[in-house]
Amino acid sequence: MTAKLIHGYEVVIGFETHTQLATQSKIFSRAPTAFGAEPNTQACAVDLALPGTLPVMNREAVACAIKLGLALGSHIAPVSIFARKNYFYPDLPKGYQISQFEIPVVQGGEVEFFLGDEKKTVRLVRAHLEEDAGKSLHEDFIGQSGIDLNRAGTPLLEIVTEPDMRSSEEAVAYAKELHKIVTWIGICDGNMQEGSFRCDANVSVRKPGQPLGTRREIKNLNSFKFMQQAIDYEIRWQIEQIEDGHAIQQATVLFDPDTGETRAMRTKEDAADYRYFPDPDLPPLHISEQWVQDERAQMAELPRTMAARFVADYGLPEYDATTLTQSKAMAAYFEAAAKACGQPKLASNWIMGEVSRRLNMTETGIEQAPVTAAQLAALIGRIADGTISNNAAKQVFDALWTGESSDVDAVIESKGLKQMNDSGALEKIIDEVIAANPDNVAQFRAGKDKAFNALVGQIMKASKGKANPTQVNELLRAKLAG
Amino acid sequence: MTFTALHDLGVAQLATELRERRVSAVEAAQHFLARAQAHQNLGAYVAVNPDITLAHARAQDAAIAAGTAGPLAGVPIAHKDIFVTKGFPSTAGSKMLAGYQSPFDATVVTKLADAGAVTLGKLNCDEFAMGSANENSAVAPMGFDAPAPVRNPWATDRIPGGSSGGSAVAVAARLAPAVTGTDTGGSIRQPASFCGITGIKPTYGRASRYGMIAFASSLDQAGPMARSAEDCALLLSAMCGPDPDRDSTSLDVPAENFSAKLNDSIDGLRIGIPAEFFGEGLAPDVRAAVDGALKEYEKLGAKLVPISLPRTQLSIPVYYIIAPAEASSNLSRFDGVKFGHRAKDYTDLVDMYKKTRAEGFGDEVKRRIMIGAYVLSHGYYDAYYLQAQKIRRMIADDFQNAFKSCDVIAGPVAPTVAWKLGDHGNDPLADYLADIFTLPGSLAGLPGMSVPAGFGEGGMPVGLQLLGNYFQEARLLNAAHRLQQATDFHLRRPEGF
Repeated sequence: MTAKLIHGYEVVIGFETHTQLATQSKIFSRAPTAFGAEPNTQACAVDLALPGTLPVMNREAVACAIKLGLALGSHIAPVSIFARKNYFYPDLPKGYQISQFEIPVVQGGEVEFFLGDEKKTVRLVRAHLEEDAGKSLHEDFIGQSGIDLNRAGTPLLEIVTEPDMRSSEEAVAYAKELHKIVTWIGICDGNMQEGSFRCDANVSVRKPGQPLGTRREIKNLNSFKFMQQAIDYEIRWQIEQIEDGHAIQQATVLFDPDTGETRAMRTKEDAADYRYFPDPDLPPLHISEQWVQDERAQMAELPRTMAARFVADYGLPEYDATTLTQSKAMAAYFEAAAKACGQPKLASNWIMGEVSRRLNMTETGIEQAPVTAAQLAALIGRIADGTISNNAAKQVFDALWTGESSDVDAVIESKGLKQMNDSGALEKIIDEVIAANPDNVAQFRAGKDKAFNALVGQIMKASKGKANPTQVNELLRAKLAG
Repeated sequence: MTFTALHDLGVAQLATELRERRVSAVEAAQHFLARAQAHQNLGAYVAVNPDITLAHARAQDAAIAAGTAGPLAGVPIAHKDIFVTKGFPSTAGSKMLAGYQSPFDATVVTKLADAGAVTLGKLNCDEFAMGSANENSAVAPMGFDAPAPVRNPWATDRIPGGSSGGSAVAVAARLAPAVTGTDTGGSIRQPASFCGITGIKPTYGRASRYGMIAFASSLDQAGPMARSAEDCALLLSAMCGPDPDRDSTSLDVPAENFSAKLNDSIDGLRIGIPAEFFGEGLAPDVRAAVDGALKEYEKLGAKLVPISLPRTQLSIPVYYIIAPAEASSNLSRFDGVKFGHRAKDYTDLVDMYKKTRAEGFGDEVKRRIMIGAYVLSHGYYDAYYLQAQKIRRMIADDFQNAFKSCDVIAGPVAPTVAWKLGDHGNDPLADYLADIFTLPGSLAGLPGMSVPAGFGEGGMPVGLQLLGNYFQEARLLNAAHRLQQATDFHLRRPEGF
């Protein structure tokens, strides 16, 4: 695989993703994790770091880490260590964040995805459990800042990759795939606006064959669109700097969606010494093989496994299988439709085509699709048994989608879309068309195939689209030959 | 109540008097509150709240009348001000937490209350439990307008020991029949020794740390202080037990009745005598008292076994790296943002942090925060903190090795008797070095006791330290109780109290 070069430079990208875990309560306290509540109503004594309080690990958060490890083929550490990351900030109540430093719970693993039709693999370094901080609100208080500790102690899994990505497109495809996996296995609600899935991109450039360049970290990319814009801007900026003879300084930068630019917020010189050390309030986290097995047993089929099964069981091309396993809901929709109609490839075509097109237009999820899998299956059944043509099927689909009717056969009936399978009536139309178009008949007999198509068109028109095209072809050819 | 004054009764006797309704819980509470006030010049109490205390007492009288009383029903006790309590300020001896009211009780406080104990008030201590003389409290004791020294009732110009100095004084001066203390590097055992009372620090993890204002998380442990081993056993039985929902370091070891084996014979008990505890640093008067107690043990049938704890000296640097490291992080929450002291005039956030912490913390606390931050810093962590952790494990291994040839270990608690107020002046190292005999057991997480063993220079009490293997509290209390059956040091009282 050769990397795509930009002005002779190779791009190197690694990701750190903060995934907010979908647990009921916080990682070290029993306060709820609900989003959007009144400030400081979802924080208990432990979250406020009141004197005398101590952290107690939420097993649900550990289960999420195990599930991610299983989904990505990682090593799940039988013993991992919580460490304190010490720094002062008003929305960090204890003056330290409990995280994992030297020995994280999830080690290694990989994320596989398609970039176009090329299969990519991004290796993970680790994923570690940690607590989120609260929020500082600087706008609403004149001359002062407000602190909301509702988010303090919300469980996070920080997922860190190797610098394996070589373009912004690949980076975004990775992020989308990871997003799909964490929502698929149910450990994260995936809501990027609410900050449930926050990406930091480490970006550097180098001439091919050279050692890694100095990286700058773009923080808090919370949409796929901004992610691509930010990385593309950063790549151009770094190349310009180097071309102008400036060395890149290691820095943390923020992307401003309004200007489309990245801006340094701190350089390495200001880097804090976090004085990490193992948290003496939390014993090492032990995960037994039995616990891992229990989580494995409860876990839903993973997208990769499911896609392979779609290829094997339904004879789908790999591309179809991958596309249909973008979300659990879409995969379920496909399987229901495919099983009901017995035409998996047709079902795949319809879902990837007409269904997706309409969903995209209205930006709705397949869960809310007005046409159910059962209705789609019924529709496909009518195409397969020759009752309606593909064109007619689209009309039926439209009627179902707009809510005009919910019954496939009723629509076919009321719109008169049934194909003409009565060969007597069809033969009559064909005879009439032959009689009315002697020129075309003569041209066909003179060897011009185009004239044949013109005749078919005339017949279809005369039948008001109800004629079965295959049947028209056969009968017309027989008559002209006769 | 004709035979003796109420405050001369031990916990066990007082509990019986209360249960049999020869004295009411309200009377007992009032008696001790009056004594606390009468002897407030000792500086032992920092807060009382008679309304709450008497409400507790009335509830216990009702429980006794209803026959639903717990084992400590109506027994008045006081808590070291390291434990957070509802209804009393919880200050940890710090200006940082002046007037702080906790919305919840520490688990140990709750457990003692569940057993029927009545809370008399809060007791003075070194700021955040950092100190060996109780000279580091920044809180004005009851009856004072400004911080004042806590005085040893055996000689009021002497320190009581620390950090649980107020606790030890309250028991020695009969201002409470029993109290709670906490021990990080000797803070129960050393003041107990200096004040001639009995104190036990259980195995690390047996008593919940929830609600103990943290100093050094991997070392802090709660324990009772009283006049006798028998009384300590009663309190400790109520204080211990798992607290898995609040303290992850609380061990899954069931509560135990520590009174059950008090009277067991100690014939054949093997007492390990560590050579390193009897070297040249040990004052002759202390040595004489300790030797005297060991002779008593031989009379009781115990065998003295020479052992070695070769890394005893190293426990000082190891402790004064690990404890400050943890403290520097534990005390970060005192930043002026959420609770406690906040500086008045500041220009920005960083200025607020700096002024708040400069004003709120005392010198010893600042010293330890700086040491702790230093040893955890990038580039120093391996050389100091990590190295200290390795030696800590070796110290624990040394004990396991020693326990192959003995059942308990005995030696002095401290190299000297209590010194004069201000004697260590501006020499914190002198305080640190005096911790040498209590630190090894703390670093290993072992249970340890101080038992009155006699008197030394100036008539000051001397304690015998007993250390046991993990979960051997009952054996320690048994050994201490048998000594107390044969001696009367624990019954002597300082003149005037």
